[in-house]
Amino acid sequence: MAKITLDNLAHSYYPKPKDEDDFALKELNHDWADGEAYALLGSSGCGKSTLLNIISGLLHPSQGRILFDGIDVTHASTADRNIAQVFQFPVVYDTMTVRNNLAFPLKNRGADPKYIAERVQQIGQMIGMEAELDKRASGLTADAKQKISLGRGMVREDVNALLFDEPLTVIDPHMKWELRTQLKSLHHEFGHTMIYVTHDQTEALTFADKVVVMYDGRVVQIGTPQELFERPQHTFVGYFIGSPGMNVISADITGKVANLHGTSLALNRGYNDLNGKVEIGVRPEFVALTKSDGLPVNVRRVEDVGRHKIVRADLFGNEINILAREGMEISPDMNRVTFDPEHVNVYVNDWLKAGEVA
Amino acid sequence: MEKTVNQKAWFLILPVLLLVAFSAVIPLMTVVNYSVQDTFGNNQFFWAGLEWFEEMLRSERMWDALGRQLMFSAIILAIQVPLGVFIALNMPKSGFWSSFCLVMMSLPLLIPWNVVGTIWQIFGRVDIGLLGYTLDALGIPYNYTQNTFAAWVTIIVMDVWHWTSLVALLAFAGLKSIPDAYYQAAKIDQASRWAIFRYIELPKMMGVLMIAILLRFMDSFMIYTEPFVVTGGGPGNATTLLSIDLVKMALGQFDLGPAAAFSIMYYLVILLISYVFYTVMTNLDKKGG
Repeated sequence: MAKITLDNLAHSYYPKPKDEDDFALKELNHDWADGEAYALLGSSGCGKSTLLNIISGLLHPSQGRILFDGIDVTHASTADRNIAQVFQFPVVYDTMTVRNNLAFPLKNRGADPKYIAERVQQIGQMIGMEAELDKRASGLTADAKQKISLGRGMVREDVNALLFDEPLTVIDPHMKWELRTQLKSLHHEFGHTMIYVTHDQTEALTFADKVVVMYDGRVVQIGTPQELFERPQHTFVGYFIGSPGMNVISADITGKVANLHGTSLALNRGYNDLNGKVEIGVRPEFVALTKSDGLPVNVRRVEDVGRHKIVRADLFGNEINILAREGMEISPDMNRVTFDPEHVNVYVNDWLKAGEVA
Repeated sequence: MEKTVNQKAWFLILPVLLLVAFSAVIPLMTVVNYSVQDTFGNNQFFWAGLEWFEEMLRSERMWDALGRQLMFSAIILAIQVPLGVFIALNMPKSGFWSSFCLVMMSLPLLIPWNVVGTIWQIFGRVDIGLLGYTLDALGIPYNYTQNTFAAWVTIIVMDVWHWTSLVALLAFAGLKSIPDAYYQAAKIDQASRWAIFRYIELPKMMGVLMIAILLRFMDSFMIYTEPFVVTGGGPGNATTLLSIDLVKMALGQFDLGPAAAFSIMYYLVILLISYVFYTVMTNLDKKGG
């Protein structure tokens, strides 16, 4: 277990990167606190796996340093870093039995055979494969193989960190839930530093203490699920987290008034001298459909998703989503919306702008 | 759904039937025809039954040739398979040098058999060949026309030079198909180089390697041109392999009956050994470590 520090880290797959666009991972400074469970969230190709592979030492960064508990391991091999990593697709040693697969990392490190036997049994139980321990791994289904991969990742107790690279992609939904719970309890029990890469927000939000959201090779926000929901630092976070995502509408802002296509909207805070692309962001949860107040909208359709209704509407040509609580009547004459001013965020060039309380 | 009965459909497979008949069945049957009859020319044939087969089974000459043939195939397999795998493991995996290696290694495969034979025949000559002359100058007794050992070394080295790249190319293809994640997982698990080979590379290569072994076995078991050009089966009968012997018998002595019986048995031996190979290797693959 260790604190992992990323110092000025960046990576490019080109040997001579010319500008920032050539970097798959843009310059990054961050501490992964010892014993915390992180989720690394972002859409495909945003640099999540690159970052993970740099931490585990499978990839050497183009610049910057990685430190484990203050010790520079940038050039240390994967083996020296003592890290466990589970990949997106199952990796099993086909010719070995399930038992030998699980025992492999321990055997390679010369652990005591008695301890190996005990530990393998324990892990076999944890992944629910006790009965199949003596079967050959090659004949098993994809999700059984992935469980073996997970088991192999968890078999060493003394690892510095456990890294997961979208490990539950091939697992069926029921088992997904169970394994995620297992991972969480494992985390509580042993307190490993865990980093869990995913593009599934539910997975990220349920697994992690802290969620790291990446976008286009950059970490755009690190925070608790609550923070990500209430104060998205970047429009991408607003859009990516939440279902449906945050509404982003372009606006002109002077002082405490936002001007949306000729209609003005009062804000809670004051903003001065905004340059660039100015937008307001408000989550569907904080938009209310009314009969007479607010901005005019055209309701396109209403989707009932059980616990609430999602109203898809049109506001000055922008699509806007409104979340209506269960039981709330929606009538045809409701064609205006109001925003909860406390939860209207202002974005300049996609980044959150803090306003002045005046 | 009712099954449609249409006897005319038979006509559709007629072309294939004809083609196979002309390409395989009829030539094979002529051989069978010769093997059970005796002929003195003028298209006069006498029924001989299994006489030729019995004679061939008793013939020391055939058993000797078979022994030499088995030894030849065993030696070249024992060299080419490990060597090919070794080369494949050490080849650059991608980029310019990978393509360069692939092209360079494919070159021997593109040279016609008799040219390969001629190259080595000249290369090994003590009077003008670079290899033969050099060895001779170094005081190493080497003369493939007189020395049995030298003759064997020459044809084996020649075959290794000619065909190892086939094994290497197939093994390389097998290696390339292994996803990176396997190597990454092995690094995480701290597997040794040997363990990576034993538990990842070898099992994943097994399929193509089996094809390589079968191909190399069948080809080497039927080899004719190269040793014929280099040694002509000599010195004495030292390098007279099965097909060289067969040609001597059929065309040299014009013993069509015995030669036909010989070829049929030759064919059956190849079939049998290939079958055994295949069965053993698929079983090995199933059982595994």
